[in-house]
Amino acid sequence: MSLAVRFDNIEKQFGPVRVLHGVSFDLAPGRIYGLLGENGAGKSTLMKILAGYERPSAGTFSIDGVVKAFDSSRDAEATGIVLIHQELNLADHLSIVQNMFLGHEKRRGFFLDELTMREEARARLADVGLHKHPDTRVRDLIVAEKQLVEIAKAMLRDARLLIMDEPTATLTPAETQRLFALMARLKDAGVTIVYISHKLDEVELVTDEVIVMRDGRFVTRGLTAETTRQQMANLMVGREVSDMFPDKPILADDARVAFKVENDYVPGWAENVSFSVRGGEVFGFAGLVGAGRTELFEGLIGLRPRTAGRITLDGEHINPRNPRAAMKHGITYLSEDRKGRGLHVDMALKDNLTMMTLERYAHPLLDAQAERDALKKAVGDFGIRTGNLASRARMLSGGNQQKLALAKFLHPDPRVVVLDEPTRGVDVGAKRDIYFLIHALAAEGRAVIVISSELIELIGLCHRVAVMRGGQLVATLGPGHLTEERLIAHATGTH
Amino acid sequence: MRPAHTEDVEGSSRLGSFARRLHGVGPLLGLVALCIGGTLLNPDFATFDNAMNVLTRTSFIGIIAVGMTFVIISGGIDLSVGSMAALIAGSMIWIMNALAHGVGGHTLAPLAIIAVGIVLALVLGGLFGLAHGLLVTKGRIEPFIVTLGTLGVFRAVLTWLADGGALTLDNSLSDLYGPVYYASLFGIPVPIWVFLIVAAGGVIVLNRTVFGRHVQAIGSNEQVARYAAIRVDSVKIVTYVLLGLCVGVATVLYVPRLGSATPTTGLLWELEAIAAVVVGGTALRGGEGRVIGTVIGAILLSVIANILNLTSIISVYLNAAVQGAVIIFVAFLQRGRR
Repeated sequence: MSLAVRFDNIEKQFGPVRVLHGVSFDLAPGRIYGLLGENGAGKSTLMKILAGYERPSAGTFSIDGVVKAFDSSRDAEATGIVLIHQELNLADHLSIVQNMFLGHEKRRGFFLDELTMREEARARLADVGLHKHPDTRVRDLIVAEKQLVEIAKAMLRDARLLIMDEPTATLTPAETQRLFALMARLKDAGVTIVYISHKLDEVELVTDEVIVMRDGRFVTRGLTAETTRQQMANLMVGREVSDMFPDKPILADDARVAFKVENDYVPGWAENVSFSVRGGEVFGFAGLVGAGRTELFEGLIGLRPRTAGRITLDGEHINPRNPRAAMKHGITYLSEDRKGRGLHVDMALKDNLTMMTLERYAHPLLDAQAERDALKKAVGDFGIRTGNLASRARMLSGGNQQKLALAKFLHPDPRVVVLDEPTRGVDVGAKRDIYFLIHALAAEGRAVIVISSELIELIGLCHRVAVMRGGQLVATLGPGHLTEERLIAHATGTH
Repeated sequence: MRPAHTEDVEGSSRLGSFARRLHGVGPLLGLVALCIGGTLLNPDFATFDNAMNVLTRTSFIGIIAVGMTFVIISGGIDLSVGSMAALIAGSMIWIMNALAHGVGGHTLAPLAIIAVGIVLALVLGGLFGLAHGLLVTKGRIEPFIVTLGTLGVFRAVLTWLADGGALTLDNSLSDLYGPVYYASLFGIPVPIWVFLIVAAGGVIVLNRTVFGRHVQAIGSNEQVARYAAIRVDSVKIVTYVLLGLCVGVATVLYVPRLGSATPTTGLLWELEAIAAVVVGGTALRGGEGRVIGTVIGAILLSVIANILNLTSIISVYLNAAVQGAVIIFVAFLQRGRR
């Protein structure tokens, strides 16, 4: 019934970027493993290889002592290996039951056996505690419910090895508890579980053993019972966590309020949100996925309709109707979605850098040399590592793309800069560089707003952190009150 | 982070830019090959007169295709340009004839009437483009659907204006207007000069202005452009207006050629213009493209027609088939570039 897995020197390269450098370890059957590592450590890639979504560039893995190479996720599922995705893989226009049986439809003769499928779906949904009719369309579900559908779908596949990539990121505490009970039942039934999570308290609670990866390499493993949370965090980062962050610049008590938002409404996302940020302050925004943080700021710069609220920038009331107006007032917003919203990955580095402020380089024809000079300067200022200044943004690694994106959104010289998940998908070295950059920006007197899902990052980086839950700003924590426990409690509503 | 990576990056991008450069001269190489073939098949091909003839005929489609390049690079499309040209031609002739017969006892000088006609053509082109742009951006309708609709509307209105037949320019005017198409300047026909000016303007606007860069950025990724504080809607509207103006210019040159507009005027011009853009190396999905490529593409397509005319290997009736095969072949060569 159970599966034993052995990774042997797995390597993986995406274009020029190497994400796995010879990873070897093994998994014994019937245990729950916590797979730890920062964003970009290579956990998800390694698991995608095991589940047949990616193929290794070099190296092999074996299942129960037999070397395997899966052609597809279907192959892996036939062996009993099922991956529950971090990014949800559901077809929005189909119903729950259609999604659960997608590619595995049951038939009676030539026709679909709707009845059996619906009954089985209903039973699995009850297991995961989702009380929705199986015919509900997936697009009508909230993110947490979609996550539960993914889990129920995996249950259908008779998994012998189940990989869960951040399954609780969107779940409430009650749903999380139900998931843990389900995991315990599966373990008793002999299923091996690989549990990927950033929430170290959950890892401590639910896993038997932890495996730590860093920068695409296996680092260490140990029994969960013998490892403290602090040790886990330090192992993930590869140094004392405190070394990752520069000392916070001291904020003068009389520092001016640079940016103030009062009673702001973004329909469907933010209700009656008020906060203010001082010049030179790093102000964080914490909250679960879907809490409305991103949408609040998209509203504030005119990308979404706002129905009420007052924005004051350096004492002047403003009401930007589009990002250009916001930029002219001195606010820029760097999206969390780097490739879909932050950078033109198919365009040249200099085109990206100057995109927001192209008028500066037009007299009236564009001065390409001045653009190249600006790029040269930005490459130095932001520590962008590239062999070729004429290459396209696509050719840069994740961390360097992010630095280019930062340079782009700072090129207009904003007084208020909003950075949404500024270190998502970048390696530890680049992360540290970005933290120092953020503090340098604040030291120049700008108001810096950081939205992040990594609590350690918010605590290490920000003077104060606001927490949003269900579209409302529920708490603002200042120095002395910034702890993971407090932030989680406010974000989930369990304080 | 690791030096080895940077080397990789450098190496592959150098290779990439070499491939791009090679790709860029592809249409030109094709045109040169066609010209050599044409010369070998019929010595009349390589004469100055024939070259001027081909280029003059190319200029209508070529001017429209330059405007189309902007629309396609920004991620849009305009299927209506043939019908639009026909309606503009019909409206011009109708107004000019009316003015020639006098309004309320007054008559304008013939030269003034022609000037009015030309201005009307440009204004109409701009307005039609503006309507397309507004429907696509503010109305949030797919450009394919918007311009498929106006394709029908424009041609039907022309047919109605012409009462199913032909609108023919008054003789008193056509003699005066004729030189716009038939005259030459320094030995080169006027339409070719206009084509050259429009193409040169297109090259400069696309590559050396803020607007041109924004057009490319929107086609490359509209969402990123929006977040980068680019006024996406305005830029898109301007691309359609520019294309409308190009259609207006092409029509101004076309009307004196035959002096009439019929329900078949400008038929399938949209396909020829789009084909010229695509053959010239601009991707239909938008983001990247070159005006010079479009110019070469337009010339290449009419050289094919010219060679078929001058030789008897393949029937002239199969002209469209050969052009179609060339378009598919070029698309085949471009496939897989991501």
